Amino acid sequence: MINAVKQPQSVVLLGGTSEIGLAIVRALPTARLQRVVLAGRPSERLAAAVDELAAGLAGVDVSSVEFDADRPDTHAEVLDSIAAGGDIDVIIVAFGVLGDQEEINAEPAAALPLIQTNYVGGASALLQSADLLRRQGRGSIIVLSSVAGDRARASNFVYGSTKAGLDALAQGLSDSLVDAGVSVLVVRPGFVHTRMTEGLTEAPFATTAEAVAADTAKAWAAGKHVVYSPPVLRAVMGAMKALPRPVFRKVSAR
Amino acid sequence: MYQRNELLTGWGRTAASAATVALPAPGEDPRVALESVVRDPHRAARGLVARGLGRSYGDSAQNGGGLVLKLPSGGLLLDSDSGTLTAEAGTSLDEILRVIVPQGWFVPVTPGTRYVTVGGAIAADIHGKNHHRDGTFGAHVRSLDLLTADGQVRTLRPDSADEFERDLFAATVGGMGLTGVILRATFGLLPIETSKILVDTRRTRDLDDVMERMVAADDSATYSVAWIDSVAKGKRFGRGVLTTGEHAPLAALTGPDLKDPTGYNPSMLASAPPFVPGGLLTPLTVRAFNEAWYRKAPLSRDAEVQSIPAFFHPLDGVGDWNRIYGPKGFLQYQFAVPDSGAHVVRLALEELQRIGAPSFLSVLKRFGPDNGFPLSFPMKGWTLALDLPAAVDSLGSTLDSLDEAVLAAGGRFYLAKDSRTTPATLAAGYPQIDRFRAVKAAIDPDHLFVSDQSRRLGL
Ligand SMILES: Cc1cc2nc3c(=O)[nH]c(=O)nc-3n(C[C@H](O)[C@H](O)[C@H](O)COP(=O)(O)OP(=O)(O)OC[C@H]3O[C@@H](n4cnc5c(N)ncnc54)[C@H](O)[C@@H]3O)c2cc1C
Ligand SMILES: NC(=O)c1ccc[n+]([C@@H]2O[C@H](COP(=O)([O-])OP(=O)(O)OC[C@H]3O[C@@H](n4cnc5c(N)ncnc54)[C@H](OP(=O)(O)O)[C@@H]3O)[C@@H](O)[C@H]2O)c1
Repeated sequence: MINAVKQPQSVVLLGGTSEIGLAIVRALPTARLQRVVLAGRPSERLAAAVDELAAGLAGVDVSSVEFDADRPDTHAEVLDSIAAGGDIDVIIVAFGVLGDQEEINAEPAAALPLIQTNYVGGASALLQSADLLRRQGRGSIIVLSSVAGDRARASNFVYGSTKAGLDALAQGLSDSLVDAGVSVLVVRPGFVHTRMTEGLTEAPFATTAEAVAADTAKAWAAGKHVVYSPPVLRAVMGAMKALPRPVFRKVSAR
Repeated sequence: MYQRNELLTGWGRTAASAATVALPAPGEDPRVALESVVRDPHRAARGLVARGLGRSYGDSAQNGGGLVLKLPSGGLLLDSDSGTLTAEAGTSLDEILRVIVPQGWFVPVTPGTRYVTVGGAIAADIHGKNHHRDGTFGAHVRSLDLLTADGQVRTLRPDSADEFERDLFAATVGGMGLTGVILRATFGLLPIETSKILVDTRRTRDLDDVMERMVAADDSATYSVAWIDSVAKGKRFGRGVLTTGEHAPLAALTGPDLKDPTGYNPSMLASAPPFVPGGLLTPLTVRAFNEAWYRKAPLSRDAEVQSIPAFFHPLDGVGDWNRIYGPKGFLQYQFAVPDSGAHVVRLALEELQRIGAPSFLSVLKRFGPDNGFPLSFPMKGWTLALDLPAAVDSLGSTLDSLDEAVLAAGGRFYLAKDSRTTPATLAAGYPQIDRFRAVKAAIDPDHLFVSDQSRRLGL
């Protein structure tokens, strides 16, 4: 249960090794936390994430379950197996891949795995999570979108389109759930220094996973539906969307 | 049976959850609702809980994803020979008072609102301003009918010959709907000569002054309660207004009151509390209210004639006052401590002042001995109740540390008010909780009766 002062008892992270996702788990109120489940593809990294999280959260039952975003047919089952151990308060949908736009430009078929993981997998995970929480009559979903979905740009528009699609889905879903006791928070980070962006040139307003997590936790506690991180990006992206195309092309190509 | 989906919260308007609400019509058998849950494995997994008028502050009368059963109100059977009333569980004290007061009877215990049901009064084993004298509501229940998970309706009495039935009665009174659905109950009434209360009011200097006077009033006053100014600092810290009351005998009435001594008209509240501000509460309005409330009280006044609503239910004159806290809602922090834990009363007021959590309503009461029911809240000593906006920063951690002080003093928390404590903290305050769990395991082995609160607290 999420109590009157917004302290959850159980959190599930889909994309159990995501640096941003793990930072959000730590940033959410932990005073009532009893159980955290990291759902991801089995790996040493996932096992290490369980150990590391458990070390920082005394008395919390931290475990992992196998979850593959690319196998949407299994998503309902995975979530049900987690729920069999008790109600779920918060589900964080954090998995995602960045893809390689240049490779896609050379070989269009290379876009499909990216679309599959981020959009098809993301949509499936969101819808199944919502269904589960609806059956509980309560709970929260936090979904990692991106400013890249606000206005797609030439350098990563397939990734951007997957986030735009997921973002739109999450917003509509959120509205469809108002009477179900289920809330959805869409997180739109800018450039975040994590494994995903390693080796890439830093974009303006670059931030850290911890900072995104802090912004997310604050927005969640306040009952917001959308949060930009850093918050200034809300205004920046508002302006970006208003730019004429030739100008946007130039600005976004830097 | 008519059913609809509803998003439910308690009176504090926090932690909403959606459930199917079943509303049996008068005369319709509530067992139909129970059977519909038992039959379907998906529904059985989410269970059911009864709901009265949703006046508990937290998540005790809601059941996310499951069924919530709202019983209708029904006919009353007043037996003036034995001085008892038999009422359907969905009937409110408001409805009951309208019938019995004009006939010269009063309920044995009333909370600060008359909009609670008989079912809710028993399930929370509520207390009034007379607990130090007369105990809880449950102490006056002669018998109750309980629909249990096996589909049976059992008539339970506190003095039943059968030991399990006695245990089940004890676990049901204060058991927050987790042993089954109370369908009706018979309880003792208090004969009254008039519908008026003779009220003594004392403005008190500081916390010590209030507490000393309250201890002194234990023996002399039937009803006693103190409102504490949670905002006052320094020398005035903990100052308040103590009111004590007695049912007025006929001889005490004069003038127009004599025409209809047991007249009762709750809609005509002589003085609606002037305090509820138009907009949302802010620390500023809370400060202003606390000051005004203190100033408004006379320094000292004796035997003022007040109506039942004015004395017992002043807030009922203000519709939906729980909305003034805005969309984030509020919570009520209520604990009981033995006399030896009186210092926790001061600590709680200090700590909440320190974090700037304005308490709009802070009420201090005396409790008499406990009644031995495993989850009944009152215990000999003090109880302090503070209404707090849920959105205050660091409220959660401050209350957590106060919880520890309450437990260290041998105190406990009230389930009807709780919306945030932990399974361990709740259990630590109720040494007989295992007795409750044993009855629950025997009467409801599949945990058909569940609420958001029972899930949160592992009850
Ligand atoms: C302004 C105000 C003042 C208050 N003052 C006091 C006070 O002075 N003293 C005090 O003790 N309390 C007080 N309360 C709390 C209130 O008395 C209790 O919360 C009471 O239980 C509310 O009754 P209800 O009918 O609204 O029940 P609900 O809040 O709807 O339900 C409370 C619990 O009772 C259970 N329940 C309800 N009906 C049944 C049934 N038929 N069978 C089995 N279980 C059932 C529910 O499952 C739930 O666990 C106050 C509340 C308010 C809002
Ligand atoms: N970093 C940024 O700049 C940035 C900016 C905006 C939005 N985001 C979004 O934020 C989210 C988290 O990113 P991050 O920065 O934390 O990156 P990250 O650490 O690389 O995390 C990505 C996660 O996705 C998982 N994943 C990828 N494919 C999967 C699949 N098929 N099945 C299951 N899990 C899969 C990875 O698991 P494995 O360990 O198994 O690979 C990993 O846990 C992503 O959705 C990303 O798009 C990131």
